[in-house]
Amino acid sequence: MSTIAAEPGVISLREITKAFPGVVANDRISLDIVGGQVHCLLGENGAGKSTLISILAGMQQPDSGTILVDGRSTPINSPKAAVDLGIGVVHQHSTLVPAFTVLENLMLGETGVLRNETRAKARLDELSELLGARIDPDALAGDLGLGQQQQVEIAKAMWKGSRLLILDEPTSMLTPQAIEKLAASVAQIKAQGLAVVFITHKLREAYQMGDCVTILRGGKNVGHIGADQLASFSEAQAQRAILAAMFGDDVATPEAADLAGATEAHREVDDIELGTKRVRLELSGVATRGHGHDVDIRDVSLAVHESEILGIAGIDGHGQAALAEVVAGQRSAAQGTIRFDGADITRRGVAGRQQLGLRYVTDDRLHEGTVGGMSVAMNLVLKRIGQRPFWKFGQINRKAVDAEAERLIADYAIKTPSSATRAGTLSGGNIQKVLLARELTDGARFVVVNKPTYGLDLKTVKLVRQILTEFAAEGGAVLLLSTDLDELVELSHRIAVISDGEIVGIVPNDGRGTAERVGQLMTGAIEGTPATEEAHA
Amino acid sequence: MSLLSASVLAAFLTAIIVQTMPLILAAIGETIGEQSGVLNLGIEGVMLVGAYSGYVAAISSGSPWIGMLGGIAGGVVANLLLLVLNVWLGLNQIVIGLAITIMGEGLTSVLYLQNYSKHPQSVPGSSWAIPGLSDLPVVGPSLFRQSGIFWVLLIAMVAIAFLLSRTNWGLSIRAAGQKPSSLDAAGGNVLRTRSSAVLLNGAFVGAGGAFLSILTTGTFTAFMTGGLGFVAIVITMLSRGKVTWIVITSLLYGIAVAIKNPLQLIGVSVPADVFQMLPFIVVMVTLILFARSSIVPPALGSPYTRGAR
Ligand SMILES: Nc1ncnc2c1ncn2[C@@H]1O[C@H](COP(=O)(O)OP(=O)(O)OP(=O)(O)O)[C@@H](O)[C@H]1O
Ligand SMILES: [Mg+2]
Repeated sequence: MSTIAAEPGVISLREITKAFPGVVANDRISLDIVGGQVHCLLGENGAGKSTLISILAGMQQPDSGTILVDGRSTPINSPKAAVDLGIGVVHQHSTLVPAFTVLENLMLGETGVLRNETRAKARLDELSELLGARIDPDALAGDLGLGQQQQVEIAKAMWKGSRLLILDEPTSMLTPQAIEKLAASVAQIKAQGLAVVFITHKLREAYQMGDCVTILRGGKNVGHIGADQLASFSEAQAQRAILAAMFGDDVATPEAADLAGATEAHREVDDIELGTKRVRLELSGVATRGHGHDVDIRDVSLAVHESEILGIAGIDGHGQAALAEVVAGQRSAAQGTIRFDGADITRRGVAGRQQLGLRYVTDDRLHEGTVGGMSVAMNLVLKRIGQRPFWKFGQINRKAVDAEAERLIADYAIKTPSSATRAGTLSGGNIQKVLLARELTDGARFVVVNKPTYGLDLKTVKLVRQILTEFAAEGGAVLLLSTDLDELVELSHRIAVISDGEIVGIVPNDGRGTAERVGQLMTGAIEGTPATEEAHA
Repeated sequence: MSLLSASVLAAFLTAIIVQTMPLILAAIGETIGEQSGVLNLGIEGVMLVGAYSGYVAAISSGSPWIGMLGGIAGGVVANLLLLVLNVWLGLNQIVIGLAITIMGEGLTSVLYLQNYSKHPQSVPGSSWAIPGLSDLPVVGPSLFRQSGIFWVLLIAMVAIAFLLSRTNWGLSIRAAGQKPSSLDAAGGNVLRTRSSAVLLNGAFVGAGGAFLSILTTGTFTAFMTGGLGFVAIVITMLSRGKVTWIVITSLLYGIAVAIKNPLQLIGVSVPADVFQMLPFIVVMVTLILFARSSIVPPALGSPYTRGAR
């Protein structure tokens, strides 16, 4: 049994085990969560991090093992029990109700007959101060930008004055500025004596924010760096130790540094002479109109050449979705024309564009990207339904589908018990891989990718970036929308900056200083309209 | 002009009230269910059960009040099926709903045929003249001489509107229909919330049926709802959880039903069939005009299991 003794003020997990059909998601995991410390939880996609969190949150019941709170064995058999214990959780996928106001979201689960809005507003003020963010209590949650939604989620997790705050990949969708804000909030919360569990795929965040680190692999606790040890490590040492545990000891040092993003981002794609390349996709004066709450694009003119990766930088929610969808054909252009290999495709639908080799990887992998109730294999051939060799005379050819699925699962290292597993049960990162695998195969000539690597572990990020680079090197063209500046600098030949639905400038990625220039364009746009990140509508 | 005398207008108003009330009650019941994510397609059957049990309770006790209670109890009991099979066991809402409708229709017809059809009995009338107000022209003999039951039900409606919009329970109900996992994660109880919604749904739909047999017609006949339950579902979807909207759209229907007599009185000669169709035409036109904006709760129809993905 475990040798770590439980002390008061500590939540201890002992030998927690949880199996799902075909996988042991948590395999005898033991760890201690101490007040006043940020405990970072790292591990590759599907390592079992979110499962462990769901157990602490009362959303899942462990098959065996115990949870000790202040040294006493305390089963957490419902989310209510977790809330009552003071465990607040920000889950990997948002639990806000988009149609509710901020205040309604926060008050959800309160007991008592009447809604006490005055008290709730007072509590929100208290928390706003702690989080260093002002949130309009009457705004609809669905209208807020991602950064603000995150703040609301944290406020919600801390609503009942928690003793433990768990953040499951809170940074993967945030801009660097928002991440800095979040780090400040976490520091504040820690200073109040609360324990924080912080899940991330970015080692730099773990080193900067974490007091101690635990690494999971294949459901097991494969490494722990205690507070004293972590404090004595340099960043490079910490990274080496973490990577060794995360991927086994076979990661060579330079590769490790590269994986960790410790080296400064530099361009990794080959030079191309744009003048000599044919234009694959051309937008001229394209505008979209009306689509709920998100920002439309106005007068966007862009050209993407063959072999080129054109990056689109910008704060999330500034028209990226509209741009991606209008290119993919999911939204119609209110104005302007879209040309593909010189031919006008403005009026072509999604299927027509697909046939030309135009593909789209959405950033909404759960709802738009995959069908959770269908098998991984089916999701992998989803866009080829009815086509040979997978369908013959309207009949599915299981063998061909399974063979293709097995191939893609191997190529993209998708972690799934089998190709027949329901896609919805995969870990977040692996669902993303399914989506990428499906879109990047079979005659793709141009892809729009929206935040292709969010929520992916380091190795997979590298794999995906490599795939995109190779795709371009072989003559494909890529429109890469991302909020991750490093990613854009690494992959793009040119970077356009989108702000409030308009392209405000294009920077050639030709050596050092690209990031600064892009940043200037972005902030220049921000200075024009204060708090743009918040003004999402 | 004399044809539109005060007494004709009063009769018209009375007809609107008694035709509209069962629909409003049923639609409010359905709204509570739908807001929590439970679609009760069995509403037609539940209404009939309420109408029948209300009728039986009223004629055997001689009191329309007891009759109403009987109707409410009947509705709740009929909905227990939905509660157990759908909310607790997660079976398909559409299948269960249709089964309840068919069962309700069959059961009440058979029982009525066996027990009462040979000697049909009428429910004793009931009206409460509000002192002073009941002497007013037109509204006096119509609105202010309604049964006390009418006023109690009005209060119940206001109470439901208040509960849905102003209380923690109402918030939980709406969350259960929007995103049950959020309610669960926040420490709420999805099953309990939906159970309470289904029981209240039964109570209101049952009351709607009982109003129809006890106060609108004063008797029970087989299949007497004639699709009213399904009209209630349409109205629910159009009203998006707003009780005021339910009242307004139901009134449109009630007016379309009640307009027959005054029109015939002033000599508009239209075949009776047209009058029969009119309410449904009104519903259809409303649907065509406004159905684009009918937004149903995202989780409507899906059972909730914690931690499933
Ligand atoms: N409800 C469920 N049903 C079936 N399998 C599940 C369920 N939840 C998790 N799993 C499986 O358990 C494993 C661990 O998943 P988990 O979500 O905990 O990974 P993770 O470490 O959070 O990964 P990521 O970084 O991608 O979010 C995965 O293989 C996943 O397929
Ligand atoms: Mg996860």
